[in-house]
Amino acid sequence: MNIDSIQNGVVLDHIQAGKSMDIYKYLHLDELDCSVAIIKNVRSRRMGKKDIIKIDSPMEVDLDVLGYIDANITVNIIRDGVRMDKKHLELPRKLVNIIRCKNPRCITVAEPQLDAIFLLSDSDKHTYRCGYCDTEVDRKF
Amino acid sequence: MPRNIIDITDLTVAEIDQLIATAEDIVAHPAKYQDACAHKQLATLFFEPSTRTRLSFESAMLSLGGSTLGFSDAMNSSTSKGETVGDTIHTVSCYADIIAMRHPKEGAPYAAAQFSEVPIINAGDGGHNHPTQTLTDLLTIHREKNRLDNFTIGFCGDLKFGRTVHSLVNALSRYENIHFVLVSPLELKLPRYVKEEALKKRGIPYTQTTDLESVIPQLDILYMTRVQKERFFNEEEYLRLKDSYVLTPEKLASAKESLSILHPLPRVNEISVAVDKDPRAAYWKQVKNGKYIRMALILKLLGIEV
Repeated sequence: MNIDSIQNGVVLDHIQAGKSMDIYKYLHLDELDCSVAIIKNVRSRRMGKKDIIKIDSPMEVDLDVLGYIDANITVNIIRDGVRMDKKHLELPRKLVNIIRCKNPRCITVAEPQLDAIFLLSDSDKHTYRCGYCDTEVDRKF
Repeated sequence: MPRNIIDITDLTVAEIDQLIATAEDIVAHPAKYQDACAHKQLATLFFEPSTRTRLSFESAMLSLGGSTLGFSDAMNSSTSKGETVGDTIHTVSCYADIIAMRHPKEGAPYAAAQFSEVPIINAGDGGHNHPTQTLTDLLTIHREKNRLDNFTIGFCGDLKFGRTVHSLVNALSRYENIHFVLVSPLELKLPRYVKEEALKKRGIPYTQTTDLESVIPQLDILYMTRVQKERFFNEEEYLRLKDSYVLTPEKLASAKESLSILHPLPRVNEISVAVDKDPRAAYWKQVKNGKYIRMALILKLLGIEV
């Protein structure tokens, strides 16, 4: 299967197989007007199988979102058909408006216009807690 | 940015020790502090009913020569018209020099701090945190034991929704050689995140049990709590659990002579009235201490030195 290489845009590589649609959703890629290729189950020496997303337009990628979903993803910035930059991700210390608190007693549930803030509480276990009420995130990824 | 106290961990151990020293000085020399906050105003915004905490804050500010304004029920504020916490705080911070707020929703003071131009003190947010009660508890322990380390403390009752317990466990976990004994029904155990963050991560020993009488002889401090009706969505569950523990003179027979019994109050029936006469009961002294430590905290947050 061949997918054309892109001239100016972003390639998200080393996505855990099966997770590309989550990333498509959280990065709001459906709102883009350009070509977006989602390539699933690509053979990988390191991972066995992986997903890749190619975005055929320069864009600012929210690295916090990607880091939260999977810090092993690599972000390649392509200019004039050449890779200009390769970014490795880290678990973000703070998430703003990426996920919402599910605790019915939390003020952000009663007042949804407040920024949803989550803070990294345990980097080994990838645990985040609501900055308002301390409720732990129930991760679905 | 103003300094806020949302969680007890917003204060370092050194700052807590300094607040306790100031409170002790206030007890010894009240006249020295009587005009310290002249022309300053404290707003007490209580979106949920309270007797002790609100009156304690107001009494503290009045004893410092300042004045107070505010409301004691959300129905007497624009919240009843649908105003957000942010807008209420924005407004009040135009009038007051410092705000103490209580709110039924967890995290409301953290939200308030994002909109305030003056210091915010969390006076209790749902079942989450209550840092000034913790300061009160720490001052009481210090006054009873003359130290904040090297003792065994038992927490008994509702440890799940008991915000004063969460804050006090967090605060004491930063002092040396404290053993925690957690006594509760299985349904009201201390939340996992409090155990993880405050105890397990720091390698602090603790015991969990449902049986108060088996552990009472080993305690230096017993911190009793009320099963809070307002925290339950299901009344049947509240009725089933509300009488889990009732402290009586008979149950205290095997306790140490030097035991100190604390309770954040209000109590319902979890401490029998007969225990009030026991010299080990420290909960009425605790109420008094609450005023002194709040005076110290107001001074600190307003940057006033006496």
